[in-house]
Amino acid sequence: MTSLPAAHRSRSEWPLKAIAYAAMVAVSAFAVFPFIWMLVSSFKPFGEIFAGRSFLPQQPTIDNYVRLFEQSDALLKIWNSLFIATVYTGSALLLCALGGYAFAKFQFPGRRLLFALMLATMTIPFAVVMIPLFILMRNVFDWIDTPWPLIVPTAANAFGIYFMRQYLQSLPDEMLDAARVDGASELAIFFRIVLPTSIPALASLGIIFFMARWNDFLWPLAVLRSDEVRTVPLMLIALQGPPGRTAYDVLMAGSVVSVVPMLLLFLFLQRYLVAGVTTGAVKG
Amino acid sequence: MPSTRTPAAAAPPQGAAAPRLSYQPVARLWRHRWPLLFIAPFFVLFAVFFLYPVGFSLWLGLHSTRGLARSEFVGFGNFELLFRDPLFWGSMANAVILFLIYVPLMTVLAIVLASVLNAGFLRLQGLWRALIFLPHITSMVAAGYTFRLLLERDSGYVNAALSFFGVSPIPWLDDQWWARISLGLLMIWAWLGYNTVIMLAGLQTIPRELVEAAKVDGAGRFQALIRITVPLLKPVIVFAVTLSVIGTFSMFAEPFVLTRGGPARATETPVMQIFSTTFEELRYGYAAAMSFVYFAVVVGVTIVQLAFMTRGDDR
Repeated sequence: MTSLPAAHRSRSEWPLKAIAYAAMVAVSAFAVFPFIWMLVSSFKPFGEIFAGRSFLPQQPTIDNYVRLFEQSDALLKIWNSLFIATVYTGSALLLCALGGYAFAKFQFPGRRLLFALMLATMTIPFAVVMIPLFILMRNVFDWIDTPWPLIVPTAANAFGIYFMRQYLQSLPDEMLDAARVDGASELAIFFRIVLPTSIPALASLGIIFFMARWNDFLWPLAVLRSDEVRTVPLMLIALQGPPGRTAYDVLMAGSVVSVVPMLLLFLFLQRYLVAGVTTGAVKG
Repeated sequence: MPSTRTPAAAAPPQGAAAPRLSYQPVARLWRHRWPLLFIAPFFVLFAVFFLYPVGFSLWLGLHSTRGLARSEFVGFGNFELLFRDPLFWGSMANAVILFLIYVPLMTVLAIVLASVLNAGFLRLQGLWRALIFLPHITSMVAAGYTFRLLLERDSGYVNAALSFFGVSPIPWLDDQWWARISLGLLMIWAWLGYNTVIMLAGLQTIPRELVEAAKVDGAGRFQALIRITVPLLKPVIVFAVTLSVIGTFSMFAEPFVLTRGGPARATETPVMQIFSTTFEELRYGYAAAMSFVYFAVVVGVTIVQLAFMTRGDDR
């Protein structure tokens, strides 16, 4: 950077900078515009949405939200989504931390093989097991229309265990050994030392798990059949209405409702989310 | 794995006990009970909710079913039928077409955006990154409906905006090829930020001096990007494209909402086929056979893509 004279550099580089900023503005606008459209449309009456000519609502109304909460019981759907996402995130974090800790800090027979086997399962698309899993849930567990098919099968998952292992490998052995010398039990070590030192990793993983469950669609669509157990994305599908007369007014209000909690999470935990999604990509 | 050591407490209390334990499997397992207990949840859940269903799926795939009540052994009949099923292979072709429409463009854009974000002169780096990443946190159902509203031919805002520039209305969702392009657009919107963030993380591991040295040697910014940055970034690019391959073949919510697989099945994906065969036609056996072939194709395509992208690499 310092090898070129400053004057020369600034003269030759200003068009490049201008292009770079223009590109950033353009791409950001592309990324953000659908959110803005969702928001402004949610305050428009149906007729105005279908006229499709105005940007801001001419006669702003909260009627769409009122109908969303009164007619399709949106509060219940939000509760269903929250319950599934929260219970899943809590249990998955615990089980993945345990697994990751074992793979990072213990020697045991078959460790490499089991770890490789676990990693291999990560690339299997869910659709491969969907049918037999659905039949299992219906005929053996009787879990259709309950939250459990969305929580239990992937509570201990390969991605999470891999993620925690990567993080915990840098935990000093001396800390664990010292606790063992002091007579701490293995469980006490896990809960008093391993979990508290993993908080940044748990935050990253937790936000990824929570978002994945909140936005989940295919599997909930298969196993949540009755209206009162549906999650927010399934509620949106049910709001759709007949082809050609899609109920965009209520749909956009519902979409805003589904996006806002994630936006808030992102706003406060962005750092952890970005750290989370880049683990595995760089030096995996 | 040099980074991990046997914890002191887990070692046998007396050195002399070690040889005897090696032929006492139970004692050996007992000695390693904690780590085995800690990883048990994964393997138990994997066995119950993956291995067992897949085994059951094999049985299903060899049977013709109407619901489950009446099933009849048909050998490889389902597979024979499947290999001549134009709808299934049509959906596979759609996935490949969609991949070609959006993945190359998205990947190149992600590399370019990440390089710009990584350039020292850009201010507000965090803000741009956050804005570009934002779509990734959105429910694809909500995003799908919003795109559908925007892209409606007669009342959508996109055509209204284009008409301002004298462009006649584009049948975004009503024409087979435009529908595929619209779906590709939604995919780029949803995944560009994610890919950019991954590429950016990769770029940040490349020493700046390397690129600067190339520039001192007379390489332009663009040349430095192509000759130095991209080869060094290659493992990350391969990782991102592999995810895109698997992601494209697993696409469901986006076409389900945006185009409902239409028009004329132009955007119907393999997972939509499996879903409708299972839950609308209730042909479990046929759908099970379908998921096996689907899996084989995804593995095959991933291997081809990896071989293609890593050809000529020494390591």
